[in-house]
Amino acid sequence: MVDEKGERIPLTIADWDAKEGSITVVFNEVGRTTHKLASVQVGDCVLSFTGPLGLAAHIEKFGTVVCVVAGYSTATCVPIVRELKAAGNRVVVIIRAPSKDMLFGDEALRKIADQVTVSAGDGSFECVGFVLEPLKDVIRKEKVDRVFTAGPVCMMKLVANTTKPFNIPTVASLNPIMVDGTGMCGCCRVVIGGQTKFACVDGPEFDAHQVDWASLMARRCTYSIDTKSPVHYQCLNCAQW
Amino acid sequence: MPPKLNLNRMEMPRQDPHVRGKNFKEVALGYSPEQAQEEASRCIQCPKRPCISGCPVNVDIPDFIEAMRKGNLPGAVKILKGKNALPGICGRVCPQESQCEAKCTLEKRKAPVAIGRLERFVADWERQNKSALPPPPPSPAPTGKKVAVVGSGPAGLTVAAEMAKLGHAVTMFEALHVAGGVLMYGIPEFRLPKAIVQGEVDYVKSLGVELVLDSVIGKVDTVDELLSNGYHAVFLGTGAGLPMFLQVPGEDLCGIYSANEFLTRTNLMKAYLFPEYDTPLGMGMNVAVIGGGNVAMDSARCALRLGARNVYIVYRRSAAELPARHEEVENAMEEGIVFKFLTNPTGFLGGGRGWVTAMQCVEMELGEPDASGRRRPIVKKGSDFVMKVDTVVVSLGTSPNPLIAATTEGLKTTSHGTVVADEKTGKTVKDKVWAGGDIVTGSATVISAMGAGKRAAADMHAFLAT
Repeated sequence: MVDEKGERIPLTIADWDAKEGSITVVFNEVGRTTHKLASVQVGDCVLSFTGPLGLAAHIEKFGTVVCVVAGYSTATCVPIVRELKAAGNRVVVIIRAPSKDMLFGDEALRKIADQVTVSAGDGSFECVGFVLEPLKDVIRKEKVDRVFTAGPVCMMKLVANTTKPFNIPTVASLNPIMVDGTGMCGCCRVVIGGQTKFACVDGPEFDAHQVDWASLMARRCTYSIDTKSPVHYQCLNCAQW
Repeated sequence: MPPKLNLNRMEMPRQDPHVRGKNFKEVALGYSPEQAQEEASRCIQCPKRPCISGCPVNVDIPDFIEAMRKGNLPGAVKILKGKNALPGICGRVCPQESQCEAKCTLEKRKAPVAIGRLERFVADWERQNKSALPPPPPSPAPTGKKVAVVGSGPAGLTVAAEMAKLGHAVTMFEALHVAGGVLMYGIPEFRLPKAIVQGEVDYVKSLGVELVLDSVIGKVDTVDELLSNGYHAVFLGTGAGLPMFLQVPGEDLCGIYSANEFLTRTNLMKAYLFPEYDTPLGMGMNVAVIGGGNVAMDSARCALRLGARNVYIVYRRSAAELPARHEEVENAMEEGIVFKFLTNPTGFLGGGRGWVTAMQCVEMELGEPDASGRRRPIVKKGSDFVMKVDTVVVSLGTSPNPLIAATTEGLKTTSHGTVVADEKTGKTVKDKVWAGGDIVTGSATVISAMGAGKRAAADMHAFLAT
């Protein structure tokens, strides 16, 4: 929450430095709050910051893990990739970017992951499906034990649909709208295997094959007109609708 | 000869229903000094003083009223605050009709003294006349004991104030960015102005209580970490924050809110001032609020003020069973809220992009009394019908947030998720940990949480003194 008239929004901690007492967050300027947050200058304060909340990422030795990420999730998945590597996994990262100019965060991943594939589009924002071919390539070439995906909801849904026929355990990091972040309001409720869960306390990671994607997409768009998102974030051209 | 009984209970001025339905300013305007004086003089100072036993914190009601009658307002403040640290809040939100006023001797003549309104008058007078009051008593000698209070709602504020007054070093942890708990996020501005809540929080801080915001105990630190970090006792006053849903098809459609979300957006985040404030809350034309408690009334009246055209309270029992405070039901009816009694939702229908468009309902009838003593609602066969709605607020009550119980070893909980604590002392089964308020009882009232806080504080003090 940036100031006293601000809004509470969920952010993913992309990295931290316990010695320095700092954390790193990465976000897109989309709505009112992220615009405000982007205008904060060095030395300024934000009114309120709470966390870490929710459950920690599930890390163990799985074997080969493919991480399919896009947008700001490219940066937020760095600690997950690092821990997966530390646990002894082979980690393949597939990054989706709308265009080559809008790719970021890949440098850090190249240093830690075993393999990084970038799938850059033509800048149109329209198709997130480009990550699916590289993903299928990996699945064809080697035994994949687990897939982790974070990014736009439609991309995560397509990733889930792609891995399901292969029965590859797939985990999605969900990002519904939240208010308090402590399990109090139920704004972030998601339907997982027919059951209602609160992403703020039960998540953010869920079994991607059990997620009711249509409900999540609809709920994420609840305020997309009120908060005056840029056109390409309003899902107007999205094939899912 | 005793003075003649005055059975004309003084009405409190209120904003006109047509005007107040469009603003968030306080509805009840409070007594004028003359009105307060006249109402105070109606108390017959009966020897049995039954009203005191009706108050969960046992305020010496006849004494503060007598001080008022004599024009001794500083005296009235002192008597009131001796037992109740938050009178400005209780005077506004207590269900007096089922507590002190229900026990009033004049209740038999259907004209109980308006104790709540008098309490409010005294508290408001104090706020506006700080300089006329004697200076606060000097701080007590520090005991050297550290107390952690988790949650800054009614129970937490009470424990923090009591323990600080006894000389303990108190730290109060709050998960949100502002203190006050349900008094801030739940109860709307038009019923309990937030400046009054913050005034009471400031009073508690003035006693030496350290307030730590943005601190979710159970996540950032656990209760056990607090105990091993030097706190000698911990009080859990985290309330009942987990919203219950109907568990019917379509409940995850857009436009369906828990009352917690709806009220948090409106009150805590000030969605009624969007876009000056950043938190939005889209409001439809036809709003259904499911439930019959105070929270349902608050939600319905907020919806009206946010611009809804038709607001319905949908309640499965009848008017006689409404658990809400009488005054709020009356206010809601005056403002044009439509009550659909003996009606129960069975599902929701959605339209384009997953927004709710209609609610399927059945009619109910009342059968034999159930465990709560209220007549049990039974479905009337073949009574299905559909209501056109575009916003729904589910206000069925709340249960405690499981976060603390799940992260605290050795804490016992019931099947309802409430923490087990001794009714008289608030002591949990875990060493050095007390609990009180909604976390123990499930959703109840502000004053019962304060009562539990007082009892827990007394027991914690006794423990720390040994």
